[in-house]
Amino acid sequence: MELVEAIILSVLAASTPLLIAATGELVTERAGVLNLGVEGMMIVGAACGFGGAWLTGSIFIGALFGIVAGTLMSLIFALMALGLAVNQVATGLALTILGVGLSGLIGAGFVGERITPATHLHIPGLTDIPLVGRVLFGEDAFVYFSIALIIGVWWFLYRTRAGLILRACGDNHVSAHALGYPVLRIRTLAVMFGGACAGLAGAYLPLAYTPFFIPGMTAGRGWIALALVVFASWRPGRLVIGAYLFGAVTILQLHAQGWGVGIPSQFMSALPYLATVIVLVLLSRARTGGSTAPATLGTVFVPDR
Amino acid sequence: MRKSLLALAAGLLLAGSVSAASAADKLKVGFIYLGPIGDLGWTYQHELARQALVKELGDKIETTYLENVPEGPDAERAIEQLVRAGNKLIFTTSFGYMDPTLKVAKKYPNVHFEHATGYKRDKNMSTYSAKWYQGRYIQGLIAAKMSKSGVLGYIGSFPIPEVVSGINATILAAQTINPNIKVKIIWANTWFDPGKEADAAKALIDQGADVIMQHTDSPAAMQIASERGKLAFGQDSEMIKFGPKTQLTSILDTWGSYYIERVKAELDGTWKSEDSWGGLDSHMFAMAPYTNMPDDVKKIAEDAQAAITAGKLHPFKCPVIGQDGKEIECKGGANLADGQILGMNFYVKGIDDKLPGK
Repeated sequence: MELVEAIILSVLAASTPLLIAATGELVTERAGVLNLGVEGMMIVGAACGFGGAWLTGSIFIGALFGIVAGTLMSLIFALMALGLAVNQVATGLALTILGVGLSGLIGAGFVGERITPATHLHIPGLTDIPLVGRVLFGEDAFVYFSIALIIGVWWFLYRTRAGLILRACGDNHVSAHALGYPVLRIRTLAVMFGGACAGLAGAYLPLAYTPFFIPGMTAGRGWIALALVVFASWRPGRLVIGAYLFGAVTILQLHAQGWGVGIPSQFMSALPYLATVIVLVLLSRARTGGSTAPATLGTVFVPDR
Repeated sequence: MRKSLLALAAGLLLAGSVSAASAADKLKVGFIYLGPIGDLGWTYQHELARQALVKELGDKIETTYLENVPEGPDAERAIEQLVRAGNKLIFTTSFGYMDPTLKVAKKYPNVHFEHATGYKRDKNMSTYSAKWYQGRYIQGLIAAKMSKSGVLGYIGSFPIPEVVSGINATILAAQTINPNIKVKIIWANTWFDPGKEADAAKALIDQGADVIMQHTDSPAAMQIASERGKLAFGQDSEMIKFGPKTQLTSILDTWGSYYIERVKAELDGTWKSEDSWGGLDSHMFAMAPYTNMPDDVKKIAEDAQAAITAGKLHPFKCPVIGQDGKEIECKGGANLADGQILGMNFYVKGIDDKLPGK
């Protein structure tokens, strides 16, 4: 039983950065912007987040540094892709390359330093309940925040007028513009939200997961977050399922190896990705599901003033 | 005004890129690194060695390094770039640079190349590596002594002979202390992903392992073991910072003396293509101080280190029994031959797991 609890805890920890980064990208893409720079924004968020926490000794300030860094990175993207109407795919890829290099430069000063990781919640009595206690009441703040974040995003997209307008920008920017909505301004805000989330997701790694900074420590998680948005067919509910499913398969394959299940480890390492592809196929074949990509995703919009 | 500023900027840029060419009489030595020099592991150790080289021979040589060079065909460009910049001796410091190095070596017969951990050589291309399995053997002794649960956790990168021989050396040593020792092996299928390495360490500890050993590059596993109050071994470099009460020892890649020796040979004109595979006796690697263990365990470790260094103890002393219970053919006299260790693709008896791909 303890093992089950331990596995669930590991799964939640592994899924959280994916969920946070993917939530941000989902909002960005619902506004019609494809920002492939998630990995770059994440790694800069990781470097700055660690730097902030290391300098001040506060995990909270570290997280804020990560958010600000991710937002600043996304502003570079917004300037290029929205302001100057440059190709979004190329800009996003460039942002990732820039981020990987920049984070190494920022982080060079504190490679090898250690911080005390984010503390876990402890409510006497509740946290000690066997099996569910630590899972429900013993997580770090990032885990609770990521869940609040995705619920908030769902509520915003489907229950508020602003969310409706944002989706309108993504589905038909010409109509949204004709109705008088400031498409580019809304998209810029969406890109900034995506950057903030990516920065926070990146900061989660050195602040809570492995409390040190090493260049390249995001190790492709930004790309997985991007894939999760497609996997979720741009819906917050499915995003949660996708993120936790991915985390679960990642952790379970490690445990399966430890138990000595006679399946080649290379195959098991590929399992999370394989699971993603299979679910995608199932989704697209389902009658109600299917790909519901925002209609103008990734297309350049230049308002005719 | 703007033009002159641009010219000035261009001049500065040029000055930056060719500053290495200012002293034409110095020997130019180039390095290709796999990771960033701040990776705290593999590349970091090569960088330390380069710094030692500069300290020793700085007045006679000039060094250049390129970091973050991906393995595979792309590396060819980077190596060629070093050749064109006038480097006469080039160290390519990862297994995956083998074929690109060979290709460039054939193209430039007057330039000398040193490739780490590979097996392809040419008239102007040497290889060098270390017998890390000797260090793993010492770790196996310590692990078996220190483990209370009798279960060791091992994080592997890829099931290549270097890693497999390390696992076998570990378990053979551990069995001399505790014949019933168990080892749980998790392949991360990556050299470097701190998050995944941490997850693997967590999984091993959750399944009952209390001593964690790793053949991946980041200090993540050390840090997790430290957090959980378990013990662990570092990898490539000193990782005690990440587990002051956790690290038992660490295999330290110490390439410095080899680099100095080879560059001296190049300066004297005595450089020739060689295959160096150094053990504890060669200073190719070293063991970090034995910490967080009682004195008797420390003594066992030190004695084993002395015996291996003196050539009295060989981790793969025959008979070596394979997983199927059959004796492995002994091609090296009293011990397994070097070739058998370099190509090791089997587990020894006592490992329950199945070697991936077998």
